[in-house]
Amino acid sequence: MTHAQITPEIQRSDLLLIANMVAPGSRVLDVGCGNGDLLEMLSQERQVDGRGMEISQSGVNACVARGLSVIQGDADIDLKTYPDAGFDYVILSQTIQATRNPKHVLQELLRVGRRVIVSFPNFGYWRVRLSLGIGGHMPMTSALNLPWYVTPNIHFCTVSDFLNLCDVINVRIEKAYAQSRKGRIYSFGRPVLFANLLAEEAILLLSR
Amino acid sequence: MVDANGETPGRSAESPGESLLEPELESRAASAVFDHDQPLKLGSGATLAPYQIAYQTYGALNEAKSNAVLVCHALTGDQHVANAHPITGKNGWWTTMVGPGRPIDTNRFFVICSNVIGGCMGTTGPESIHPETGLPYGLNFPVITIRDMVKAQANLIDRLEIDDLFCVIGGSMGGMQALQWAVSYPDRIFSAIPIATAARHSSQNIAFNEVGRQAIMADRDWHGGNYQRVNARPNKGLAVARMAAHITYLSEKALQVKFGRNLQDRDQITYGFEADFQIESYLRHQGFTFVDRFDANSYLYITRAMDYFDLEADCGGALSSAFKNTKTRFCIVSFTSDWLFPTSEARHIVHALNAAAANVSFVEINSDKGHDAFLLDEPEMFSTLRGFINSAAQARGLNS
Repeated sequence: MTHAQITPEIQRSDLLLIANMVAPGSRVLDVGCGNGDLLEMLSQERQVDGRGMEISQSGVNACVARGLSVIQGDADIDLKTYPDAGFDYVILSQTIQATRNPKHVLQELLRVGRRVIVSFPNFGYWRVRLSLGIGGHMPMTSALNLPWYVTPNIHFCTVSDFLNLCDVINVRIEKAYAQSRKGRIYSFGRPVLFANLLAEEAILLLSR
Repeated sequence: MVDANGETPGRSAESPGESLLEPELESRAASAVFDHDQPLKLGSGATLAPYQIAYQTYGALNEAKSNAVLVCHALTGDQHVANAHPITGKNGWWTTMVGPGRPIDTNRFFVICSNVIGGCMGTTGPESIHPETGLPYGLNFPVITIRDMVKAQANLIDRLEIDDLFCVIGGSMGGMQALQWAVSYPDRIFSAIPIATAARHSSQNIAFNEVGRQAIMADRDWHGGNYQRVNARPNKGLAVARMAAHITYLSEKALQVKFGRNLQDRDQITYGFEADFQIESYLRHQGFTFVDRFDANSYLYITRAMDYFDLEADCGGALSSAFKNTKTRFCIVSFTSDWLFPTSEARHIVHALNAAAANVSFVEINSDKGHDAFLLDEPEMFSTLRGFINSAAQARGLNS
């Protein structure tokens, strides 16, 4: 895929990277779309036919008021209502670690979309290891910024762990990017030793 | 609180006097007559001919005829959505939604609202004269369905020489019509906004309707439906039907907050059956004022149409197949405290639309006002619908 790069109007560089992975004019489902920043950017800059699912009603209402097609729903439960391969891309940004059954969710995403873009905080990041291994505390970083007793994140994994899951369910990894603490983005391949240590967040493009 | 026809009730219970009337929006009243050569073929197998449809319009149709919005009214509503009611003199029932600068902006859209088939505000219904007998139809009027209502509306839209509607919007039974439009005429409806509604009437809702119908039919003045011939009106039965139904439009919390156990114009209970409590007085007022503007037989027919509504059964059991290949953009709206058409019903519609890969938005509005919330000042409903309508208008190429 080669197409014009989107000018960085929003700060979250992972969203920019995701947007740049999406082919213009495609059908996109953003699962956990929050207040619709990514979906709006994709609609405006990539002319996608975009839909969103968001668990919080306030997020949904904000999205609809922005003119986005969004419904209230839970990734663990409501993906089953979508037809097979109804979308060119399904995006799950910073959400998989908050699902109750990540494996099932990932399989559902790959059923609903021909390609899946997933981003997640890397629990193998060296600061996280330091915090737990030396500090003896559950890590709190910019990507994991809530104490354990309030965080919605219940299924942490490392980059390496996630790639293992991809192997288990037989998923093809088309692209893999690591994002550093300062927002720099590097592509990586196997072995993932360095990405597993240096990525604060990972962004992957997957297909069946 | 406003009731399902937009009246501000509770005058007997509290502040007397009329509410301030909205500045009058220019509206046009009209009627379309369909003669014997254009009979309406009904779902029951019967036909209705001739028939007429009374309607109001607001705003102007653009040259491309691409800005028409059809507003569908609820059970006891009528075509007077945004102008003063000819009988009660009160504001139209949805002036918060329809008017200049409102979410359905009459400066931008051509708005049509018609009285449903079976109604009693100028469209042919049981009160109308049967052309063969010269007497009012009464129970000789054929049973009608939501699909029949929509079919008649489509004929009206044909008559107005409009190919397709920018939007069909309605709450409660109006929402059923919006859904039926999307199923019956998918190519003629660009967007649909079904609010506080369901794809099928629930058992509980049929039960409430049956109570209302039995109250009407138990009234001695009903005369087997032929009350017009003997110059009577089953007002008591119709008022009781209205009172029972009105409770279902509110929420337990709203009733408790507004009325509690407050007494009506007295300091203590009377040990009798007068309206000791404000809630009793309020409901009686609802009943008494309703009979001035509504026909009892129309109430029977229209509630029956709601009971028979079941889009799922119509399409063989899978609601999603009803929406197959739809291009219509949907915005489904429900309210947290609506127990007549709860959010679970909205979600059922949304799931079916998802399965059909339809373009759907779904908002649940936080409100303690119950089912009637759709007629009230609910800022979150207005802001989300504004967003949806503007985005649909943009996709349709309509200028803001």
